[in-house]
Amino acid sequence: MDRRGTIEKHDPFEIEQQEWKRRQSKERYKQLLTIVSPIFLLLLWEVLSRTGMIDTRFFPPPSAIIGTLFEMVINGSLVKHVGVSLYRIFAGFLAGVIPGIVIGLLMGLYSPIRHFMQPIVMALMPIPTLALLPIIIILFGIGDVSKVVTIAGSVFFPVVINTAAGVMNIDRIYLDVADNYGAGKLQFFYKIALPGALPVMLEGIQMGQAIALLTIVAAEMMGATSGIGYLIWTSYKAFLLQEMYVGLILISFFGYLFSVLLRGFQKKLLPWR
Amino acid sequence: MKGKIEIQHLTKAFYKKQGSVTALDDISLTIDEGEFVCIVGPSGCGKTTLLRILAGLEQPSVGDFNIATDRDDRPLQSMVFQERGVIPWLTVEENVAFGLKMRRLPKNVIEERTTYYLQKTGLARFSRLYPRELSGGMKQRVSIARAFANDPEILLMDEPFAALDEQNKFILQEELLSIWSETKKTVLFITHSIDEALLLSDRILLMSSQPGKIIKEIKVTTPRPRTIEDIRKDPDMAEQFIKVWQHLQKEVQQSREQNA
Repeated sequence: MDRRGTIEKHDPFEIEQQEWKRRQSKERYKQLLTIVSPIFLLLLWEVLSRTGMIDTRFFPPPSAIIGTLFEMVINGSLVKHVGVSLYRIFAGFLAGVIPGIVIGLLMGLYSPIRHFMQPIVMALMPIPTLALLPIIIILFGIGDVSKVVTIAGSVFFPVVINTAAGVMNIDRIYLDVADNYGAGKLQFFYKIALPGALPVMLEGIQMGQAIALLTIVAAEMMGATSGIGYLIWTSYKAFLLQEMYVGLILISFFGYLFSVLLRGFQKKLLPWR
Repeated sequence: MKGKIEIQHLTKAFYKKQGSVTALDDISLTIDEGEFVCIVGPSGCGKTTLLRILAGLEQPSVGDFNIATDRDDRPLQSMVFQERGVIPWLTVEENVAFGLKMRRLPKNVIEERTTYYLQKTGLARFSRLYPRELSGGMKQRVSIARAFANDPEILLMDEPFAALDEQNKFILQEELLSIWSETKKTVLFITHSIDEALLLSDRILLMSSQPGKIIKEIKVTTPRPRTIEDIRKDPDMAEQFIKVWQHLQKEVQQSREQNA
């Protein structure tokens, strides 16, 4: 921008202030775009569906799906499925995250444990837990336990790998500082290893959370009598697509909710970043 | 008189398949109580290795050293690390208190000493901040405060000002001298800056590289307290600078020819 002509008329702060205001409104515009994008998609879907441009049988309008959602909430059929799924997700998540953290920390801290565990983890990781579902069902039945085990098995791997990597990637100089200032084993663990590994560990937990949701739907489709996945599968088989979409929307909603919650948790735990 | 730090025939070799390196070759030296000694040498001359051995972070291959102790309740040594040595997940205050907490001293002692050195280094206002929010100079003040608060028998400093800009470096050097003059601790300070060594130390040890040997010892007799201006103005110091530089230059050239 050519500002030579402005030297006499304006003071520099005024010009910078205008520049600043312009940047602010640009930022607001970007925020607006973020909010608008899902609404735009839903509106497009609604219009296309209502005008018959896409097949209403496969793509019922979002307004109808939301209507169905409310009906299902009111008649109580939804609460049961959601409650059961959430219980399985939480139990499975914890059953995967806790041993993941413990074993990951041990692997990061003690190299013999790492060398022993690494090949086992590497070999088991590529096997989809869902492929083991038939065996898990034989062992644990079609109730909650088999779902919890399936989720735990899927969540465990990203957590264990990230936790071990988190410990190993702590800058060597902090180990020297701890050593030089005489930190004992426990002090080293609480003051250096655990907080130093936390950022990478939490990324693993975030990944585990996403995997838990992906897993629950599939697990409940195969051998279950309740849950969101069961709802999606039976609705699909009965060609009740509005009910099926309700299930999908719920998964999407909980995925978003958990991500936001974990991000908040992360900020609380890592004030130093 | 027996020295505060006695190093006897210390040798450190690093074994590698491609060829071993003698980082330190039969080093013997004595540092007196309350003395401020700088080791100056080109990078890779083994001065950091010597410091790490004294800091207990590495074992010598051959030889021994001894740090004389006055009191049982003091740690042997504390190190002022380079800028990255401040722990990012601890606040300024927690960083300064780190050594004291590791030694499980009583709470009131920890608090008293931490507050004292936060005040001394001008960090009191920043005590609750995390290092991320500090400038390089401020971070180094944290590192210095942490070492002094620990009240060790001797202080080891590993190029603490190497990453700072020149103005900040001058300021911190003078601050370090003022804190040090209060406690009169024995200091072993490593640097590659001749100016820094002339300003800070009572004695400069010049080190050669590969093998790492102490090739020359220079006493700095300029009276204290010293400021950066004194050093720059003093014609004797200018002469000293040239003397040190000529020795180092020869050294650097030689090692270059060897490597060529």
